[in-house]
Amino acid sequence: MSSLDDFRAETRAWLDANCPASMRTPMPEDERVWGGRQPRFKNPDSKLWLERAVAHGWTVPGWPKAYGGGGLNSEELQVLKEEMQRLGCRPPLFSFGIGMLGPVLLKYGSEEQKLTHLPPIARGEIRWCQGYSEPGAGSDLASLATRAEDQGDHWLVNGQKIWTSYANYADWIFCLVRTDTSTKQGGISFLLFDMTSGGVETRPIALISGSSVFCETFLTNVQVPKGNLVGRLHGGWEIAKELLQHERGMISEIGRAIGGVVPDVDVVAKRYLGDADGRIADPVLRDAVARHVMDDRAFGLTLRRAAQESGAGAANGGVSSMFKYFGTEQNKRKFELILKCAGTNALGWQGEGFSDDELTLCRTWLRSKGNSIEGGTSEIQLNVIAKRVLGLPD
Amino acid sequence: MNLTLNDEQTILKHGAHEFFKGRMPVKQLRELRDRDDDKGFDPALWREMANLGWAGILIPEEHGGAGFGYKGMGQVMEEAGRTLAASPLASAALIAAPLLLATANEAQKSALLPALAAGEQLIALAHDEAPRHAPTRITSKVDKRGSGFVLNGCKTFVVDGHVAQQLIVVARSSGERDAPAGISLFLVDAKARGVKCTRTRMVDNRNAAQISFDNVELGADAVLGRLDEGYGALEKVLDGARAALAAEMLGTGTEVFERTVAYLKLRRQFGVVIGSFQALKHRAALMFCELELTRSAVLGALDALDSGLKDSAALCSLAKAKACDMLELISAEAVQLHGGIGMTDAEEIGFFLKRARVAQQWLGDASFHRDRYANLLGF
Repeated sequence: MSSLDDFRAETRAWLDANCPASMRTPMPEDERVWGGRQPRFKNPDSKLWLERAVAHGWTVPGWPKAYGGGGLNSEELQVLKEEMQRLGCRPPLFSFGIGMLGPVLLKYGSEEQKLTHLPPIARGEIRWCQGYSEPGAGSDLASLATRAEDQGDHWLVNGQKIWTSYANYADWIFCLVRTDTSTKQGGISFLLFDMTSGGVETRPIALISGSSVFCETFLTNVQVPKGNLVGRLHGGWEIAKELLQHERGMISEIGRAIGGVVPDVDVVAKRYLGDADGRIADPVLRDAVARHVMDDRAFGLTLRRAAQESGAGAANGGVSSMFKYFGTEQNKRKFELILKCAGTNALGWQGEGFSDDELTLCRTWLRSKGNSIEGGTSEIQLNVIAKRVLGLPD
Repeated sequence: MNLTLNDEQTILKHGAHEFFKGRMPVKQLRELRDRDDDKGFDPALWREMANLGWAGILIPEEHGGAGFGYKGMGQVMEEAGRTLAASPLASAALIAAPLLLATANEAQKSALLPALAAGEQLIALAHDEAPRHAPTRITSKVDKRGSGFVLNGCKTFVVDGHVAQQLIVVARSSGERDAPAGISLFLVDAKARGVKCTRTRMVDNRNAAQISFDNVELGADAVLGRLDEGYGALEKVLDGARAALAAEMLGTGTEVFERTVAYLKLRRQFGVVIGSFQALKHRAALMFCELELTRSAVLGALDALDSGLKDSAALCSLAKAKACDMLELISAEAVQLHGGIGMTDAEEIGFFLKRARVAQQWLGDASFHRDRYANLLGF
């Protein structure tokens, strides 16, 4: 117990000494650091903060030190999280390598693959994207058709991926490919390749929010080294599903992650509807706001309880589906409620007459609609809970 | 904040589970109902519960209690909720005991607490005056007379009021109708002249009473704590009771949910079990989410009470509000998903629905607690 207290004191002191002041403010989305071969640092302090975190192993504090991590146990991770929250520290690095690929590579990757890929992820040098969905394989992901054919000394990949987040900025892709057409789930393999390989083309998709975070990714006769297959040949589905659990954990926290930029519902409601005492004047909206912030609190307590119960985070598929389902639906409700409170002020698209915050609100509201689709729809999450937790039959 | 159970609490919960399942199943509540039992609970079983230490679960050891705290109390309440066990546990151990601990003088404590802890004494809180919980809306009135007081007023939904030997009466000694200041607590003998008690038979077959006080004469020593300043202690005790009642409702919801999921796996229509239909699976999955959120809120509130956290009031309102919404949903869905069987008295599902609605109203429903939460957070 006292060693954990010591760790807390050391952590607090280190963060205080090393996290620049501007990195302790709410983070606009365009200041997020994703790393990669062409990293962009809109705020120079974010480069400094990344370098310091990398040197300390704290971009991936829970990974083993041998792969660039901090080697912290689950209790220490919780302390670090609490101390970062306390100081308002931004995460030094965002990456699908950290949140999705890393955990499964640690479990299924060969030692060579781990040493090749994990340290560059930890250092923010390689940015990854996820090649999962296809035009004909959305909720029914296992029906994917992108093929990898064994050409003796390499795999030859042909097909099309879609909803590949930030594929146009990514350096590498982790990709689900079909290596056996005679079975469904049992014919899928998990492949890694460089996005600069010949035959890879990405095309951003314009979204209702006006941004283009997703791409179509076309794969035409892409040659991939044989050693880039992770785990067993035809054994990719197990890895794919496990990675989805990590992805769902990430997405379920999305409302909390952007909390610094988009204020809580009660704050917005008070700003637009508060009377002199700060009481929300509309009793119906006041009740809806109370319901929302109370559900937020209960959800936060549930995430915390799960961490305390399992020690190491999302291990149970049903639980990560519950978090994904509730977190994303809650985030959508948040924006709908903010829209109601702010009225037409939150419905501006661009230009004069609206504050920057209001314009951001509108775009973020539209973006939130994707939360319950990406990473497995809400309907799929409910199916998973019914099957894995409740044992209801197919 | 610790949202898990330690070894002692786990053992307590396990023991309570076995006890209620074995000694006080829903069948026992049905028997009490069918014979229109005049007490509404079985005194022999209550003695067994007291022997297990549960009547004094919140009373410190120096006063003859077990001192398990709210988290321990919550575990027993949750397991009692699973079988809808009818006993004076909540009125005596959850409300009267901590209220006396907080307000009584040493003489009153040594006279009352050991007997409460032993389950020999029953004391009920006479508080609400309207059909919906409104804790400061007190019009029952005491006036000074000689060295003592005289009490007038009318109380409703006094849980276990008709079996209690003593009542803790919330009455106004000064101030306006809704003001917290001016509310006082009085210890009143249930047999005192001018006290009229009418048992009210509630839909859940548990005990409550309407009690009127007509010029009831009280001695100066009937005041618990300071005159006019009773509400602070009362509100803290109400919060603890709200959190532990939410734990009971969590147990009720968990049990009726498990029964419903089991039925979905059993009942066949169109040649398949109905649990294979996606429309029903999704409803079951939604209920599961609500149960998990409620469990976290309940543990958060119980832990906050034991560690004396500053925002424990908000957490107790959170727990009760979540428990109310969860149980309203699950108890209604349980009837629907059981189909016609769920409407029959022979099946036990209806007992859960009936208890659910009474527990929802007791100590404030979801909209009461959302309003209170908003007040506490300043919006």
